[in-house]
Amino acid sequence: MRIALFITCVNDLAFPATGIAVTRILRRLGHTVDFPADQTCCGQMHANTGYRAEAMPMVRNYVDVFDSYDAIVAPSGSCTAMIRDQYPRLHAPATSVAARTYELSELLVDVLGVTDVGAEFPETVTYHPTCHGLRMLRLGDRPLTLLRQVRGIQLVELGDAEECCGFGGTFALKNPDVSTAMLTDKCARVRDTGARVLAAADNSCLAHIGGGLDRHRSGVRAVHYAEILAETGATS
Amino acid sequence: MSHPVAPATGGGRIRTPLPFPTAAKPAVADTQLRANLHRATRTIRAKRARVVDEVPDWEALRDAGSAIKADVQRRLPELLEQFEASVTAAGATVHWARDAAEACRIVVELTRATGADEVVKVKSMATQEIELNEALEAAGIAAYETDLAELIVQLGEDTPSHILVPAIHYNRAQIREIFERRMADAPSDLSDEPAALAEAARAHLRRRFLSARVAVSGANFAVADTGTLVVVESEGNGRMCLTLPETLISVVGVEKLLPTFTDLEVFLQLLPRSSTGERMNPYTSMWTGVTPGDGPQDVHVVLVDNGRSAVLADPVGRPALSCIRCSACLNVCPVYERAGGHAYGSVYPGPIGAILSPQLTGVADNASLPYASTLCGACYDVCPVKINIPEILVHLRQQAPHPPAERATMRVLSWVMRSPRRWAAALRLARAGAGPLGAYRERRTGARTLRRLPWPASAWTRSRDVPLPAPQTFREWWGKQ
Repeated sequence: MRIALFITCVNDLAFPATGIAVTRILRRLGHTVDFPADQTCCGQMHANTGYRAEAMPMVRNYVDVFDSYDAIVAPSGSCTAMIRDQYPRLHAPATSVAARTYELSELLVDVLGVTDVGAEFPETVTYHPTCHGLRMLRLGDRPLTLLRQVRGIQLVELGDAEECCGFGGTFALKNPDVSTAMLTDKCARVRDTGARVLAAADNSCLAHIGGGLDRHRSGVRAVHYAEILAETGATS
Repeated sequence: MSHPVAPATGGGRIRTPLPFPTAAKPAVADTQLRANLHRATRTIRAKRARVVDEVPDWEALRDAGSAIKADVQRRLPELLEQFEASVTAAGATVHWARDAAEACRIVVELTRATGADEVVKVKSMATQEIELNEALEAAGIAAYETDLAELIVQLGEDTPSHILVPAIHYNRAQIREIFERRMADAPSDLSDEPAALAEAARAHLRRRFLSARVAVSGANFAVADTGTLVVVESEGNGRMCLTLPETLISVVGVEKLLPTFTDLEVFLQLLPRSSTGERMNPYTSMWTGVTPGDGPQDVHVVLVDNGRSAVLADPVGRPALSCIRCSACLNVCPVYERAGGHAYGSVYPGPIGAILSPQLTGVADNASLPYASTLCGACYDVCPVKINIPEILVHLRQQAPHPPAERATMRVLSWVMRSPRRWAAALRLARAGAGPLGAYRERRTGARTLRRLPWPASAWTRSRDVPLPAPQTFREWWGKQ
């Protein structure tokens, strides 16, 4: 199977560790991963902010770059949701490649049939199901199924887990007061758990929640769950 | 009057006087309001979840509700004429109102013709939308709200902040204070016990019911094949208004039609469970024109467009007309819970308001509302008629007038990101440009983050640290493999 990694623009620039983690997990499972260098951005920010015309060149570029792969994996629930939910409506030729684009937990659990990726992570972790993964992709408990198999992990349940953190892309900038009010409540629920690590499937939401946790020097670290699945306990 | 080429937009209380972020600011800072909304929305949310979970065919009911409403929208002109014929044959008089002003004028004239100088009102979103109370008052006719929450809002000289629970922004201490101040016949030793407050309102309203000669209502449903109007309520005030007065005037949005009486089977299951979280609402009143010798003998129906034809003309936005005003989307919305209903500046707050108000007025007049959402999708999941609210929000954002600086930024970003070569160069530049700063911050604070950025990025850093680009981008790491 030819698997391509769609890193996403935010991860490429600010969170390369997540892409490195995805690469390591898949290689450890014996798969070959390609990184087509011509990839850019899925266009979600443009499309969802009201600039659909400006998003279209990115949509077409995605089809050109990824159409030849059997499976494309993206370590982001919202970028994957953009591709799977919006692409077929925006650009008919994208329908097929959109259906072959998976969020990491979908690729691992549904396509590759793996739930134990051989990870070890001796930490207290709570998991926030980000909205587009939860309600658009219907990831369900796939990410948690993967995390439960991690050696040494102590998973603690997050209160009001399914409530949005208040990021919402440009919402965080356009509606800073409401966004901050939602963030405050999400951070409070995270701290209620006593976990030292907050995991999620989207680094954009994590930049928002983690940015709030850091601002208050909470000592809680926000990481993409791929980075937990990549840990083996061995010093790399 | 000649017919306009494009369907006209609506008037009334459906325009935000302030942009949503500005209106939300004081609401977010209002401790009492936040506490009231938090408690109330979570209580109703949990009740709804319990009674919906016990219905095994809930998803099939939602599909049916959605399909019936889509059918109504496809055949609206034909169904409206059928309804007019049925209800006219049953002894009622139908009036057509193009917009809010015309609807108000019709109700004022009908009331004047009876010689009455007061009307009792059944809770109705359509009459709130067209600002009927204000129009009646201007014509020297007193309009008395009889729904408890609407009464509270009216006595408080306030506006509703929720579709189902218009006084959700008040707690019982605040309600007692309003009654003491504004209800002349309130008992002097009124406590803030819910039963005492309800009893005070009951005694106050009973006198109104017995003296009123004209009632004004809305309708939850208007059945085309029988000409039947339906009002669903909890308190019995509606039943009083619909049966005691001689004249009954019902103001009904044209989208309220259902093709057949049996379609009610679907909606009378969907509505109470979605709105009040009850298996069945206490009072369901149905009337078909005039029943000789029983109930109102002078029955009028005012069918209101007020921008609905414009909504109907947009195939993507059209499902907003399927709304049955249950409020489930408000009660699960994290934005509504923090900002409250008044921030939406329209009688239709919350997620449904964010897609309905801008469509009724034209998006330019309510440009901030489609952005009053994180697109989290909780509203779509609970909608009993499966309105894809996030999809319509995104659709309306395409039509919103964009700020020039934002438009310029988005265009530049699009120009960069559409080209693999330019994007790779931009990544290198961003990484290299921020490199020394990132290294400095990491040495000083242990993290590659910034605490403060200048406007407009300060909107982010006011409450969040911001990550700097990593020491190497992912593609640089990949290239070294």
